[in-house]
Amino acid sequence: MHSDRAPLGLKIAAGLGLAFMHLPILLIFVYAFTTEDKSYQWPPPGFTLKWFAVTWERTDVWEALALSLKVASISTVIALILGTLCAAAVSRTKFFGREAISLLVILPIALPGIITGISLRSAFNLADIPFSFWTIVLGHATFCVVVVYNNAVARFRRVSGSLVEASMDLGANSFQTFRYVILPNISTALLAGGMLAFALSFDEVIVTTFTAGQQQTLPIWMLEELVRPRQRPVTNVVAMIVVIVTFLPILGAYYLTRGTDTVAGQGK
Amino acid sequence: MKMQSAMLTSISDTLWRKPNLLILLLILPPALWLGIIYLGSLFALLAQSFFSIDEFSGVIQYELTLKTYGELFRPSNFDIIIRTVVMATAVTIGAAIIGFPVAYFAARYAQGKWKPIFYLGVMMPLWSSYLVKVYSWKLILAKEGILNWIFESLHLSWLLNAYLAIPVIGGYSLSVSATGTFLVFLYVWLPFMILPMQASLERVPHTMLEASGDLGARPYQTFRHVLLPLALPGVIAGSIFTFSLTLGDYIIPQIVGSSRRFIGQAVYAYQGTAGNIPLAAAFAVVPIILMAFYLWLAKRKGAFDAL
Repeated sequence: MHSDRAPLGLKIAAGLGLAFMHLPILLIFVYAFTTEDKSYQWPPPGFTLKWFAVTWERTDVWEALALSLKVASISTVIALILGTLCAAAVSRTKFFGREAISLLVILPIALPGIITGISLRSAFNLADIPFSFWTIVLGHATFCVVVVYNNAVARFRRVSGSLVEASMDLGANSFQTFRYVILPNISTALLAGGMLAFALSFDEVIVTTFTAGQQQTLPIWMLEELVRPRQRPVTNVVAMIVVIVTFLPILGAYYLTRGTDTVAGQGK
Repeated sequence: MKMQSAMLTSISDTLWRKPNLLILLLILPPALWLGIIYLGSLFALLAQSFFSIDEFSGVIQYELTLKTYGELFRPSNFDIIIRTVVMATAVTIGAAIIGFPVAYFAARYAQGKWKPIFYLGVMMPLWSSYLVKVYSWKLILAKEGILNWIFESLHLSWLLNAYLAIPVIGGYSLSVSATGTFLVFLYVWLPFMILPMQASLERVPHTMLEASGDLGARPYQTFRHVLLPLALPGVIAGSIFTFSLTLGDYIIPQIVGSSRRFIGQAVYAYQGTAGNIPLAAAFAVVPIILMAFYLWLAKRKGAFDAL
């Protein structure tokens, strides 16, 4: 058993690869404290906490954050319902069109976001639907279904049919069986799927630019700052907060599904 | 109360006796949602690509024609398609090269506490905000930013300037060059390549690699003739993501890059200020066709088992 030590070259290459993936994000944490507010100067001339106070006072940031949270919550709820229903049907039996349904669920995320976005926008135009909170939710829920579905379908397959039959034999009806037998078995997968869907929606920008009209979600606020930087220090602080806010559900989803055969988060 | 529970029981019995009805009830809401909202709008868009726009009045003419598709082959538009495909290919190859050691190490050598660290080490960048990732590169590549500072500190600015003087891939500074666009694409989509590669590498038995070594193969030969063919489905699966995501993106080249456009930007510009929905729709069909072809190829190579 001599071969279970990694060759040095591989260690270095893997380490560099990981560093490449993480250093840029960490850089943002440094910039959030810089005293420089006119350029992206490195190294920062000094460090300060004042931009956190400035950001705290900004109503546009708060409004964008509130809208993002609202959209993400409602899209997650819709995705949870639709994704679970779909997973339940697909995992239980083979039926006509089963392959088509699983393709249909994956399609919104397999095709580039710009296609989903422009399709929805032109459909809203054709149907004379004005942009609103609900047009954003409509788009988000559509591509969030797949995340819930992926998590739920794997777990449904492991809930054995005999458990369900036993429950029915003992006199429970379908609803009771769902509530007391199936739900406890799939709950962590649903929770993980829900967290990932939330993170996905909270961060989405490409589809949103087409379905939001004049409304600003937090990513759209950031996008405008990226294209036309006006408030560099505030953007730095917001970027750092977004990193922290999206890390929490990911960590949560990981710990919820750790140790099972399918760890959440692989299918973004 | 009693009547309600009796009713529930009878509904429940019906569902148990007619499993097809249950399936139908389960599948109907998601199928309707995705079918109407998603497929409906998708087909509405595709239909518009068969219309054309009157060049003088700018009014959409609702007559079926292939004229709009013909416009895709005008040199200025065709360049955009070629440029995007070249970029997507370069990003895919780059991601495979940088990602392979990470995926291989995570699949084969990471044990104990290193396993979750490596796992989260790929997962965190995958899920952290797309715009924040793009933004971090705007900071890095800025003229006054960290990368230029490093080159200056090492007294290598001449090297960077010589590189930037190369046409096509160079430019005034890294943040407005095609190289900058490439780096950001590579960074943002790299985790999408690593995860499927790791999944397929985990299925390669250790014993096979040891056998190859025992039979006298040098490490490179083992890699080339044993490991790589076995890992190929994972690489292809990952490349589906990196390729597709690069094809459709319009934000990264807008923020970091030269003024030369990519497909996503063309779609965005034509549907927005230009108001030429038919041409935008025809442009949107290009990635769909390219991906359909790519997926067909990938399926033949067995890449879907690694997803």
